[in-house]
Amino acid sequence: MIAREAGIKLLKRMVQESTADQTEAILLTEDSSLTRFAHSAIHQHVAERNGTLILRLVMGKKISVVTTNNLRPSSLRATLQKAIALAKAQQPNEAFTSLPKPKLIPPLDTFSANIARLTPAKKVRIIKEVLALVKDKGHTASGAFSHGVVELAVVNSLGVEAYQKYSDLFFHLIVEEGQNSGYASFVSRVPEQLDGKALVESAIKKVSREEPIQVEPGEYEVIIEPYAVGELLLFLGYLGFHALAVQEGRSFLCGQFGQKMVNEKVTIYDDGLDPAGLQVPFDFEGVPKQKVTFFGEGLAKEITYDSYTAARDGKESTGHGLIPPNTEGPIPINLFMKGGESSLEEMVRSVRKGIYVTRFHYTNVVEPMKAVITGMTRDGTFLIEEGEIKKPVKNLRFTESILKALCRVTAISKDRKTCSPGTVYARRFVTGTVVPAIKVDGFNFSGVSSL
Amino acid sequence: MKHLIQNVLDLAKLKKADYADIRVVRRQMEEIEVKNGNVEALTSDEDFGFGIRVLFQGAWGFACSSKVNRQEVESVFGKALKIARGSSKVKGQDVSFPPTSPAVATYKTPISINPLSISPEDKLKLLLKADEIMRKNKKVKISEAFMGSYNTAKTFASTEGSYIEQEIIECGAGISATAIERGEVQVRSYPNSFRGNFSTKGYEWIEELKILAHAQRVAEEAEQLLWAKPCPSKITTLILDSSQLALQVHESIGHPIELDRILGTEASYAGTSFIKPQMVGNFRYGSEKVNITADAALPGGLGTFGYDDEGIRAQRVPIISQGILINVLTSRETAHILGKESNGTMRADGWNRIPLIRMTNINLEPGEWTLEQMIADTDDGLFLSTNRSWSIDDRRINFQFGTEIGWEIKNGKLGEMVKNPTYTGITPQFWNSCDAIAKRDHWQMWGTPNCGKGEPGQVAHVGHATAPARFRNVQVGIMKS
Repeated sequence: MIAREAGIKLLKRMVQESTADQTEAILLTEDSSLTRFAHSAIHQHVAERNGTLILRLVMGKKISVVTTNNLRPSSLRATLQKAIALAKAQQPNEAFTSLPKPKLIPPLDTFSANIARLTPAKKVRIIKEVLALVKDKGHTASGAFSHGVVELAVVNSLGVEAYQKYSDLFFHLIVEEGQNSGYASFVSRVPEQLDGKALVESAIKKVSREEPIQVEPGEYEVIIEPYAVGELLLFLGYLGFHALAVQEGRSFLCGQFGQKMVNEKVTIYDDGLDPAGLQVPFDFEGVPKQKVTFFGEGLAKEITYDSYTAARDGKESTGHGLIPPNTEGPIPINLFMKGGESSLEEMVRSVRKGIYVTRFHYTNVVEPMKAVITGMTRDGTFLIEEGEIKKPVKNLRFTESILKALCRVTAISKDRKTCSPGTVYARRFVTGTVVPAIKVDGFNFSGVSSL
Repeated sequence: MKHLIQNVLDLAKLKKADYADIRVVRRQMEEIEVKNGNVEALTSDEDFGFGIRVLFQGAWGFACSSKVNRQEVESVFGKALKIARGSSKVKGQDVSFPPTSPAVATYKTPISINPLSISPEDKLKLLLKADEIMRKNKKVKISEAFMGSYNTAKTFASTEGSYIEQEIIECGAGISATAIERGEVQVRSYPNSFRGNFSTKGYEWIEELKILAHAQRVAEEAEQLLWAKPCPSKITTLILDSSQLALQVHESIGHPIELDRILGTEASYAGTSFIKPQMVGNFRYGSEKVNITADAALPGGLGTFGYDDEGIRAQRVPIISQGILINVLTSRETAHILGKESNGTMRADGWNRIPLIRMTNINLEPGEWTLEQMIADTDDGLFLSTNRSWSIDDRRINFQFGTEIGWEIKNGKLGEMVKNPTYTGITPQFWNSCDAIAKRDHWQMWGTPNCGKGEPGQVAHVGHATAPARFRNVQVGIMKS
């Protein structure tokens, strides 16, 4: 960890020493640990300390990005020279206008000092307690428990100066019994909120000792738990909720603004400042986060912007810039779906014959403009008959348009859950999706696992 | 550096670690992405650090840092030891880690032209030209060209006395054209989707790809797809081109044969495998036509290296012989469960990740057909090319793929183009339905630079050499519109 003063000082020095017309310097540090277990035994426990500097230089309309995790002065000087050389070699990007100017960033507390109490020994003790509870019920478990401290600092030559320190922890648990398994997970910025017993109880609820039956593919009523709903929202965010997808004409929102696209019960938005989620006060350009509503009571409304896409539309950034060079677009990372009026139990009781889905596995896009995706169910798929969860079923493949599914939403749970994919590739920056369970009257399952 | 490494290994012995290794890794990367005539990304990335793995009291600990100096190395070793000690309290069985002969060696990817020595200006010129050709087609709304150049220098040393220095050089490039009209989005790519094709070769590989020669065709096919008829929904004969077959091998053979998945240690994230240890040596995975090898020594493969990250030499291993599963991908910790020695597949995604069992180059060995003979021998079916989407369940048994393009086969001839092709199947049923594989002159190496696995997530570079193959009675056309 480098701390606010030292981090900002380092970035300011980089910006001051740059001869480019505009310079942006980002520092992302990480001190993290992850412990994995399988068959109720720890088999992997790793820790990492890293710090990365990302420089974005603008010379006229020529832009370069250079990244290094070697923060020695000689390396930083070389990194700056490399960035200047690359910018000179660049072609001008006529669509580029400017790096963002400074805006007031709301003060948010995103760090819990108690994260430091999660020593290797303490984490092992917590896992041991969880595994003991699982064993008491005669099951075994797999999962991972990770925590980290991340610092993000952004300085640019136009006066942006932002720093935030984050703590995070996530725990995901799969309880296993023969061919059946159940899943539960937890994500937070505050370690005291982790309740191992509740996590175990939630996962065990999905574990049956009965042999799973095979149901025929087809269209069913479904109850989809928040874990799976969160995944649907992440796909919508990636495919269509952001300005680049709209500007390139590849978003399902193209030509639909103001139109009813999904059921009026459905409101989906992004809000980095909402304390119900894992708060993030500013983006990777140092721009404060704004709430952006994509679907408001079923109507297509707004999209997210970073400074580049905002300039193209003559708008202001909504604070959704990602780590440069970001060619994917300002994809929202703090998604929410508004809760409804129902309890999960009421929703199940309303199903005549349907499928209960806990989570999806290995989902992927089939047709982007219609938001058609495919994937498998996993870790808790059940047949519901006459309002009761009857039997576990073999995992099913679905191929369905998320938009069509959201048109057919007939109930939404009051309670929402913060969900996170719970793994980290490359650079750690944990956020969450806050979502309810939903009932969909007509969801297409296209295949079934033979196991 | 050698002194620093030796010092920490001596410390590990002093602290009575059962085993320890250290990897110091420096990765340099340059990536260029051109879109619609603009250079959207011109980036250079340097990543440097070390990771220490300690086996103590029968349990593993791993810690790492980007600060490479003596004080930090000793501190990180202390942390790894502390982690191992903690983990030993909930370890199940002691880790069994049979000793191996120490290797002192160097390895460098054989190349003619270092891709990082070519100026960004020259690379941009090529990519912008390809982009310009594609944009001449007015239906193409998004034209993209990508090139990546990579150099990984790593030193591995262990308390057993291994000291291995390797330099892996890779590069790749690709183009894609996206045509959009009336709410329809169709994409065509060359040489492969998702950024192109990658190899452990020098810049000569980029030159071999001849991307300019394919830019116009790619744009035209994207446009034609806008008007193509939808893929029919039926059970039929399927011929896959070699690039799609590479991903088919990857998902439905490469991952299920990873012994860590088979043993359940990936259950919490990527999933497990329908394969059980007792199936090795007797399970009929595919038809007699199907022969699969894992070949980490094949020149040019993206999964080619000198030694794995446990110090085991790269090797060629038969995995499926005439349809029978005879081996799987193993590590030092797992191979003994099958009564075998590690076949050298442990690789880590950089200094800050532990090695996992990863695919090397998992290849479908060539058959005896030409593609033309295969089509001529098919009365009714589909020929599908270039992956567009993929999905498979957590035991790698039920898969569904989509490709960019397809053509009907009628009476032994390629017929009309079809859009949005998809197909689905059950892994062993599918491979048992394989009745023809094209011969060696159709055999092509495909580099997959985005193979995800593990927690924290790791991305591996792996390869698959394949030739087109034919499969009977496959369900196609799963799209729900």
